[in-house]
Amino acid sequence: MSAHTYNFAYLDEQTKRMIRRAILKAVAVPGYQVPFASREMPMPYGWGTGGVQVTAAVLGPNDVLKVIDQGSDDTTNAVSIRKFFAKTAGVRTTTRTAEASVIQTRHRIPERPLTEDQILVFQVPIPEPLRFLEPRETETRRMHALADYGVMHVKLYEDIARHGHIATTYAYPVKVDDRYIMDPSPTPKFDNPKMNDCAALQLFGAGREKRIYAIPPYTKVVSLDFEDHPFETYRHNAPCALCGATDSFLDEVVTDDRGGRMFVCSDSDYCEARRSAQRTTTEGTKTQERVKPAETEADNG
Amino acid sequence: MYVAAKGGERAIENAHKLLAHERRGDASVPEISLAQIDEQLTLAVDRVINEGSLYDRELAALAIKQARGDLIEAIFLLRAFRATLPRFGASEPLDTAAMEVRRRISATFKDLPGGQILGPTFDYTHRLLDPALGSQPPAEPARAAAENASMPRVTVLLGRDDLIEQSPQAAPDAAVGDLTQEPLAFPADRDLRLQNLARGDEGFLLALGYSTQRGYGRTHPFAGEIRVGEVEVAFHAEEVGFAVPLGRITVTECQTVNQFRGTATEPPRFTRGYGLAFGHCERKAMAMALVDRALRARDLGEEVAAPAQDEEFVLSHSDNVQATGFVEHLKLPHYVDFQAELGLVRRMRAEFGRAAGESTTGESTTGRPAIGEAAE
Repeated sequence: MSAHTYNFAYLDEQTKRMIRRAILKAVAVPGYQVPFASREMPMPYGWGTGGVQVTAAVLGPNDVLKVIDQGSDDTTNAVSIRKFFAKTAGVRTTTRTAEASVIQTRHRIPERPLTEDQILVFQVPIPEPLRFLEPRETETRRMHALADYGVMHVKLYEDIARHGHIATTYAYPVKVDDRYIMDPSPTPKFDNPKMNDCAALQLFGAGREKRIYAIPPYTKVVSLDFEDHPFETYRHNAPCALCGATDSFLDEVVTDDRGGRMFVCSDSDYCEARRSAQRTTTEGTKTQERVKPAETEADNG
Repeated sequence: MYVAAKGGERAIENAHKLLAHERRGDASVPEISLAQIDEQLTLAVDRVINEGSLYDRELAALAIKQARGDLIEAIFLLRAFRATLPRFGASEPLDTAAMEVRRRISATFKDLPGGQILGPTFDYTHRLLDPALGSQPPAEPARAAAENASMPRVTVLLGRDDLIEQSPQAAPDAAVGDLTQEPLAFPADRDLRLQNLARGDEGFLLALGYSTQRGYGRTHPFAGEIRVGEVEVAFHAEEVGFAVPLGRITVTECQTVNQFRGTATEPPRFTRGYGLAFGHCERKAMAMALVDRALRARDLGEEVAAPAQDEEFVLSHSDNVQATGFVEHLKLPHYVDFQAELGLVRRMRAEFGRAAGESTTGESTTGRPAIGEAAE
């Protein structure tokens, strides 16, 4: 079926209004999971149907959309979702974080700090941070209502007792605005600090689980921890093999079957921007100096 | 190496091309038509309109063809299309007592008003492969005179003597719940539970229903009645002030008669389980009735202990479009999460190695912190 038979950004206006109402409520109660009547989308559950519905509801004709998966614009599902909106909404798309007004993401927050003019839309598989401690929705809703979060602290404590560390490395729970415990979606905990006091509006859509939640701009977001076991982020102890960045989250790329590996930025736009800046500064002085793909050892100190 | 991750766009396009090619198969074999699917794979179409929640056999046939016969994929296609359709309202309740019956059996009475009508059933066929079916011209059409006897439902017959609980009547003006328009919340009322089961995966409901028969939430069911046939759908149009018939649909209805229940104030009565499905779907309707009855445990004051009685468990996992999506999404990249986990495991292994090294320094002279490695 051709694109023009569907409404702007695919969803009909009634559905968008329903989603916007849920978003407004979510913004009004930061970190609270608002139920919404999620629709079947033309991509499977688990592929980002919640994020797609939120994006469809907030997108306007003048928006510029960026879609990333694992930090990269080039992963197949990011390409697929970007094409979906290019086709059904006809909006301009970009891979540059700075140019985008709406960024839909799966599993990462861009390295470049976001601005007040931007909305970050997260795809969320399991919105309930307490789900793996308590499978029942009736029970977890009650726990949120009463801010009865002891079980979460017990879990983190048991991690420390058993492993010596809090053994949660992604989807690391946060407390939003001193009230609700929230699942930041399966972003590595490296990204958690970016959520705190963020200038951009952060929206979270879980399609299969039919929940929307939000972090309004400049909201306090704290990763759960203990005084004697403070929250800490983790990144591979290596510079990016392509751009040399020492502050970005890295993907490990296995280069051969003899243990060879390299580390590169997970955020492809961040990496590309740094490399093109390096090219500009070195141009005219001498032949372009390539950053050597260092065969770094994974040092985890 | 790293650039291998690039070029996602072209990869997708090529994959789609290959998919279309595979779908068509050997081009020297005639292409299957939608009418052939509709007419000769009727039960596949029935399943797709059921779980796809859209009574449109032609679209279902198209979906089956497009999905290369993968019925869950076909159901997904139909659902995604359905989600874009406008909604005018809800039809009048179907009157299955007025059904034009093709098949009607009761396992509770040897004979009953309207009789037992076997109809088109696999039940008493011998499951022997029929090689002739591959080549032979079709047999003579099967014809019989239509019966016009009244065919009251078994539960009505039982209800006349107050032997079975009355079916709870909804308030006539109460809106029927719709979980595609409002998110499902728990506890869910029976209308929503039944809607969920009607859309639910046949295999999942079959297994759950089976589990109740094997003792996990036993309900002692009898197949009070199973009937298949055509019923009229009517819609109350505000403008004209009465119900306007929209057409006829084929449905399968199963009513189970389950173990009785009484209280200090009420005499014992049988209880009910209900299943209704589009098309001819007996397995689905029966499984649905078993699970419906099991899910009524809370309402009937029974202990909720078995999976089939657990409303949240059943209703949250019955939808195969949701289930297949979430299971299969594991195919999507999880690089960054895995990297984060890898980091932690390496770190814990290093700590383990150091600790083991310290504890063995007395005996060991090598001092290699490689205990963890050796365990690999």
